[in-house]
Amino acid sequence: MSIVGILGELLLTAGALILLFLGWQLWWNDAIMAGQQSSAASDLSSEWIEADRAARGTETPPPEPTGYGDPVVGPAERTHGEAFAIMYVPRFGEDSQRRVAEGTGLDVLNSNYLGVGHYPGTQMPGQVGNFAIASHRSAYGGGMHEVEQLQLGDAIYIQTQDGWYTYRFRDFEYVVPEEVDVLAPVPHRPELQPTDRIITLTTCNPLYSTDERIVAYGVLESWQPISAGPPAEIAPIVATWES
Amino acid sequence: MYGALWRVLPGPVWLRIILVLILAAAVVFALFTWVFPLIDAALNPIDVTVGEQ
Repeated sequence: MSIVGILGELLLTAGALILLFLGWQLWWNDAIMAGQQSSAASDLSSEWIEADRAARGTETPPPEPTGYGDPVVGPAERTHGEAFAIMYVPRFGEDSQRRVAEGTGLDVLNSNYLGVGHYPGTQMPGQVGNFAIASHRSAYGGGMHEVEQLQLGDAIYIQTQDGWYTYRFRDFEYVVPEEVDVLAPVPHRPELQPTDRIITLTTCNPLYSTDERIVAYGVLESWQPISAGPPAEIAPIVATWES
Repeated sequence: MYGALWRVLPGPVWLRIILVLILAAAVVFALFTWVFPLIDAALNPIDVTVGEQ
């Protein structure tokens, strides 16, 4: 066999391996990590619900479902990598629940049990200002893979040890990666004092590229304590998370 | 290269095809389990956040 023939076969093999790697990264490993991340989120969600039930005792009925007042805001000081919330967006599809951990390093975003990171220094769930989080758009479990499918008014649920925060999707913005002002308490106006309680989702854009960032804003609609159970619309789904 | 592999494999054509498929499956398994995770960790990470760069 000639040198050229062997070289040709090596090149073909290299091409096939690169395609195989992309398939592994974008679909195979992505799907595996998505499954691991969502089941980790289910576990933590159930853990918090169970802990609350245990603390209240089975005798105490949950509080009346009216007027929970201002949302409870958890402590702002979190250690890096600590999972302090669950994000669930029904529009993102089944098993799209993810743990939200402090910090946006790759140890959080590429983790097989975390997946969504909270920008340190931005506000906490329910707080006046901006609760800003990031996740992968594609690969590594793609916690925000379907972000562009959000429609006005879509729910973005955040669960913490304290309760459930229901945000409603408001609008998109497409920015360059250096546009950190989207994380300000009032996005793009860091000098202003916030009055609204908003959530900001940031991830890559376009799909399978990292050139831009797509930003999805939501506004807090309601809050209920964990003892009141999950919001009625997702209660049947949350019930399936308990294993 | 692949021609030599084909000649080395024993048995009739149908057996060789089965052997080639088994070998290919083993290679893919090794790549998915050990090689690709290492390559992935070594490559430039995909950055999804907004931040000063």
